[in-house]
Amino acid sequence: MRSYLPDYELVTPANLSEALALLARQPGAWKPFAGGTDLMVLLEAGKLPHKKFFSLWHLEELKDIAVADDAVVLGALTTYTEVLNHPVLQKEFPLLCQAARQTGGVATQNRGTLGGNIANASPAADSSPALLVYDAELELVSARGTRSLPYHRFHLGYKVMDLQPDELIRAIRLPRVHKPRVQYYRKVGTRRAQAISKVVFAGVAEMAGGGVRDVRIALGSVAPTVLRCGQTEEAVRGQRIDSQTIKRAQAALAGEIAPIDDIRSTRRYRRQVSLRLLADFLQRCAGSVQG
Amino acid sequence: MPEDGRKVTVTCKVNGLERTLRVYPLARLLDVLREELHLTGTKEGCGEGECGACSVLLNGQLANSCLIPALQADKAEIATIEGLASPDCLHEVQQAFIEAGGAQCGICTPGMIVAAVNLLARIPQPTEGEIRFGLAGNLCRCTGYMKIFQAVVRACRRQRERVSA
Amino acid sequence: MPRVIGQPVPRKEARDKVTGQARYVDDLSFPGMLRGVTVRSTCPRARIKKIHFDASIPWDEFVIVTAKDIPGKNCVTLLLEDQPCLADTVINHPEEPVVLLAHADKYLLEEARRAVWIEVEPLPAVLTLEDSLARKEIIWGADNVLKAIHLEKGNVDEVWSQADFIVEGEYETGAQEQLYIEPNGMVAVANPQEGVTVWGSMQCPYYVHRALVPLFGLPENKVRVIQVETGGGFGGKEEYPSMIAAHAALLAWKSGRPVKIVYDRAEDMAATTKRHPSRTRHRTAVSKEGRLLGMEIEFVLDGGAYATLSAVVLSRGTIHAAGPYLCPNVRVRSRAMATNTPPQGAFRGFGAPQSTFALERHLNKVAQAVGLPPEELRRRNFLREGETTATGQVIREKVALADLLARALELSDYHAKLKRFAAENATRQEKKGIGFATFMHGAGFTGSGEKYLASVVGVEATPEGRVRILTASTEIGQGTNTILCQIAAETLGLELERVEMAAPDTAAVPNSGPTVASRTCMIVGKLVESAALALKQTLEGSGFLPRQYSQQEFGEACRRYMEKFGPLRTYSQYQLPPEIQWDEENYKGDAYGAYAWAAYVAEVTVDSLTCEVRVDDFVAVQEVGRVVNPVLAAGQIEGGVAQGIGYALYENVVWQEGRMMNNQMTNYIMPTSMDVPRIRVYFEEIPYARGPAGAKGLGELPLDGTAPAIANAIENATGVAVDRLPVLPEHLLDLLEASRA
Repeated sequence: MRSYLPDYELVTPANLSEALALLARQPGAWKPFAGGTDLMVLLEAGKLPHKKFFSLWHLEELKDIAVADDAVVLGALTTYTEVLNHPVLQKEFPLLCQAARQTGGVATQNRGTLGGNIANASPAADSSPALLVYDAELELVSARGTRSLPYHRFHLGYKVMDLQPDELIRAIRLPRVHKPRVQYYRKVGTRRAQAISKVVFAGVAEMAGGGVRDVRIALGSVAPTVLRCGQTEEAVRGQRIDSQTIKRAQAALAGEIAPIDDIRSTRRYRRQVSLRLLADFLQRCAGSVQG
Repeated sequence: MPEDGRKVTVTCKVNGLERTLRVYPLARLLDVLREELHLTGTKEGCGEGECGACSVLLNGQLANSCLIPALQADKAEIATIEGLASPDCLHEVQQAFIEAGGAQCGICTPGMIVAAVNLLARIPQPTEGEIRFGLAGNLCRCTGYMKIFQAVVRACRRQRERVSA
Repeated sequence: MPRVIGQPVPRKEARDKVTGQARYVDDLSFPGMLRGVTVRSTCPRARIKKIHFDASIPWDEFVIVTAKDIPGKNCVTLLLEDQPCLADTVINHPEEPVVLLAHADKYLLEEARRAVWIEVEPLPAVLTLEDSLARKEIIWGADNVLKAIHLEKGNVDEVWSQADFIVEGEYETGAQEQLYIEPNGMVAVANPQEGVTVWGSMQCPYYVHRALVPLFGLPENKVRVIQVETGGGFGGKEEYPSMIAAHAALLAWKSGRPVKIVYDRAEDMAATTKRHPSRTRHRTAVSKEGRLLGMEIEFVLDGGAYATLSAVVLSRGTIHAAGPYLCPNVRVRSRAMATNTPPQGAFRGFGAPQSTFALERHLNKVAQAVGLPPEELRRRNFLREGETTATGQVIREKVALADLLARALELSDYHAKLKRFAAENATRQEKKGIGFATFMHGAGFTGSGEKYLASVVGVEATPEGRVRILTASTEIGQGTNTILCQIAAETLGLELERVEMAAPDTAAVPNSGPTVASRTCMIVGKLVESAALALKQTLEGSGFLPRQYSQQEFGEACRRYMEKFGPLRTYSQYQLPPEIQWDEENYKGDAYGAYAWAAYVAEVTVDSLTCEVRVDDFVAVQEVGRVVNPVLAAGQIEGGVAQGIGYALYENVVWQEGRMMNNQMTNYIMPTSMDVPRIRVYFEEIPYARGPAGAKGLGELPLDGTAPAIANAIENATGVAVDRLPVLPEHLLDLLEASRA
């Protein structure tokens, strides 16, 4: 333990409104602490500069997966284990379940939460690309009230978020789509389990009339934030998938991503694999039309 | 430097015994178990939730105790390797690890056994894929995992025999 | 009648391990114990100007030790005396220990560690093998060469003109971290009255003892070293524990209180030894029939900043460089070079995995050049009984390599798969491949090593009528406790429960040599066998033990003997068998008493989108003499293969300015339960005359052949030659794109 533990505080608000009141009293002074799978690692390494935290883990208002006709709403404290065991998510949002299944091991899946993962704002987050292609919306709460924000507008830069110091992520809303879609997820990690991603690719497409009617593409680990790739989507939307479309889409993607060299992989590898996974996704889309 | 100022009282049940502790709120559950309660069967291999040597059951769920702040263990039920067996009767999984050669250096073994017990509680008859997935958060550098898989298979065969008997 | 040898008896300490009762170093606590930490250098090479202690810390509460506090000689005594225990005037690598601190509060201790600043004047550093070879700076000795070896057989200079083919190749391997799951640690009690006692995680109690004696300037009987349960070693706890023991003891000496130092994972990975990175160049002359005519090999290791064990790692790597093949003309020139990185050290295989990787890759290239299948090329060159190795050692045992290879190929369905994969790969995104390696590993210390070690093992009767083995050979997970007890039980005709191990405590057990070099079973086990035999003969000679005896009669005989004569203890010391001759000067003769032989086959899938490689099946066939315990032996091979898979595909040390940058388990990637295939292990048993009940050594063997088998399989799947370890997807992607261009 490289941190000086006596300097750190963790308090337990009784309920959500008490937590929000704590945030409102001194915005920025207290930070939320969910399952601890990221913050405890930093604490151990002596790399947790902030010292005052409040625990969310027991707050019932942030738990529960609610299924409505138009959307599934996941409380911010929904764990990966809860995600991957949920029948509606398995059926309608398989990419999120795949991401959850490939995050850490069982113990991490029991403690890691969707809200915590979003707020940790890692560009390598496994579930974020899935949330992006499902058009997730965040429900943000503060003592001032509640606002809703499309998830793709949430991450503004490396660890910079559209989240006020007095706000908490309360829930993640996934709109339900009952049309058939091609769904594609691929995590390229350092190994087959307990891995941090080198590239994460998620894609969802609705095919019609031999072409792509609508499409969502998002990647992780290739930019300062997880990335919804609007220009790449634009290059594909309304198109028939052939080698020309794939080339155009790849060119667009190459312009959107900004991968780097780090201890886990290289810029070059991330770029090439991103382009290859895009082509693979688009070929699957084309295959679904023929099949 | 504050002496005890920021310490909090945490009450939890460890291996069935009620415990009340004065600890720093962000103290790692791992350190609380090892240093305050002298339950040294739970091991530290990495301190970052990667190796699983510190696995315990927290309210029945598998958890890396190095990543659990003590305050979040308040009112919880915790089971460690020491709670699995009575002095004269081993848990089926422990017995299977002995027979199959699932333990070599032994440092990952307590965590691995806790994870295996948790796996069999969730999935009584796991496939090989489910065993691999269920233990993927517990790293072993000695065995290459083969004898660990065999131990789990052996243990669930025993469980099945016991239940049907 | 053999009853215990060959049986899959459970390990002796299994119950303690599965219940969490086994006590490792971090589980120890003493009244009044302090915690210790090490303040380390951050730069690769510098002169120390001043050490600053920030005023924010109550330093008067701390025990502070620098080089000036060392009572004796400031060095970690091992082979050469070049490595200081604490850097005094110069720093030669990042993570070099400079200051030691102790305090009862472990949290405050970390604050204090951050508050020490070592002011330095940087010196130019050598960070790569190439720069060291080019003598960009001289950082060690006269020429940066930690050790050079020259091995000659026949006359390689004359073969090139007769060769039908000359094949060249260059091969590289990276550093590999041992990654035992228990980090290093020591507890020390030390004062001028009682001397120094340390308890800790280690492989070699007498290495630690040898280092502490001159450090404190104490007589040998004032230093006591006790190994406690050790959570894996793999070579990583061969030499560095001496450093940590020294540090804990220095803090204890100065404070007068017990001191515990246990590294966290980040410190353990950054500061302690790893497998030596290597570069090997091959030039091979071969006839059109595929006979090896001449091999010229240049083998270079990166040893890091100090000599540590590099000379002996280089030696084993050199001797294994020409492999289990008959070649009349061989030259190996080897060098271990100094760089300003933390010293590299022992790791299971000890130089042989590096040179074996190079050779087993290279022979596939040779086979291609000659136009033979790789298995046929090897078959035509396998060493046979009566033939000589590269050092001129005449092999006096049956070499079953051709049989081992045939069996491995059959078990893996090699030929059918080769055909099927070739047909299917053309249309598949996932390319499958199969490959193999054939290899050997010498058991015991190299050359005259065992003669100089002159190891001793004792066996004593206990008042309860049991037998206790006295040895400094340690249990580190590999099964020492169990197999040595099996050997003694077999020799004495006793039930296994009647034989126990004494704790490895230098005050109580003789020096049986280090627990390394695949020597515990073959060398130490043989000493156990002969000491046990001597005990039996003593009992028989005393008249208390009948020719045929029951368990009870044996116990009774011990009791009666001890009543009449006092303690019953017999010892056995290693004697070099007369047929073993070694010329260290010219690197000629019997390099090892015996070799284990093996053929490994790997089947892989390469995802051509991501270039990720998965091992789908693994067959390991070996001949290791008599197998003492089939479950433990298979466990050794399976674990070694898994480490070899890591070495081949995942385990990459990222260096920057001589420092390891990925010193976390999250970023240094070892295989999980999802990353290993089914590992299928088979033993052929040809008893070795000088091994206990016919056993040889096997612990290191699996590290030698796993990585080249996988690399050969990747070549089969993709058509590109992978000559560098680890085969990361990043590297493979570049190779595949280059091959297409």
